[in-house]
Amino acid sequence: MKGLIGKKVGMTQLIAEDGTVTPVTLIEAGPCFVTQVRTVAKEGYEAVQLGFEEVNPKRLPAGERGHLAAHNLPPLRHLREFRGAAEALKAGDRLTAAVFAIGDHVDVIGISKGKGFQGTIKRHNFNRQPKSHGASDRTRSPGSSGQTTTPGRLYKGKRMAGHMGSERVTSQNIRVVLVDGERNLVGVRGSVPGAKGAVVVIQAHRG
Amino acid sequence: MPDLLKAVEAPLNQNIPELHAGDSVSVHVRIVEGNKERVQEFKGTIIRLRKGGNDANFTVRRLASHGIGVERTFLLRSPRIEKVEVFRSAKVRRAQLYYLRDLRGKAARLKEKRRPTA
Repeated sequence: MKGLIGKKVGMTQLIAEDGTVTPVTLIEAGPCFVTQVRTVAKEGYEAVQLGFEEVNPKRLPAGERGHLAAHNLPPLRHLREFRGAAEALKAGDRLTAAVFAIGDHVDVIGISKGKGFQGTIKRHNFNRQPKSHGASDRTRSPGSSGQTTTPGRLYKGKRMAGHMGSERVTSQNIRVVLVDGERNLVGVRGSVPGAKGAVVVIQAHRG
Repeated sequence: MPDLLKAVEAPLNQNIPELHAGDSVSVHVRIVEGNKERVQEFKGTIIRLRKGGNDANFTVRRLASHGIGVERTFLLRSPRIEKVEVFRSAKVRRAQLYYLRDLRGKAARLKEKRRPTA
């Protein structure tokens, strides 16, 4: 199990000595604490629960407070579970950004920016209709949504306008290009879902 | 800008003086030719400066042969830039001198701005 919970800081670029430029998203990841180790014997599967970001204990439900206090851990705002064997980790351990190394390939999971109610062009990459040749007011309408008397209904899953964004998105197999254990900073190549300040989960890419 | 973004900022090149839009400059940039490295000079007028930490850049415009305008954008913090020389500063009234693209010859002149020499 190799993972961290972090906060998206923002994007910038790194300039190498030979002048090549790498787009990079910085994530303030850690310090994270191991809050629980799940075992086959007890829970039926192997996983590790991590916690991130200290918080005023009054803001936590009593159950979470007790759960954290059991291992003398500070009150933590975010708890996430990572599947996989704990290996040497045990509850109470402190993890820094240094669990990742430059060159690692990771998945970054976050909640994408909300786009609100969007039409089919933005949401499903539909094409627009002609702006001229008699088309007066429906250039962005989806057009026909089905067939004729047969089948006489729409098939399930027909792509239509609706709410877009604010969903769980994973950026898969992206490269770690910067690790700063002191500042708890991880830099990954390219973009990562979510707004600045959003909570993201970094874990080793599987496969 | 958050401090953590500043933390990964590359150091400023000491051989680059303070630049302004309208400056006539010569940019010395290291390029790789085959397996040899040499310094190439690009002379022109700065028509745009963009701030933003590591993303900071500036665009230099010059007239190449046959009066063809050539613009090249350099990353301010790139280690490939050996040095920048400023020959002349101009009195300009806007930050982006895009209007120079439409002007030729006499019309494309800029009024010199005298700066107290150090």
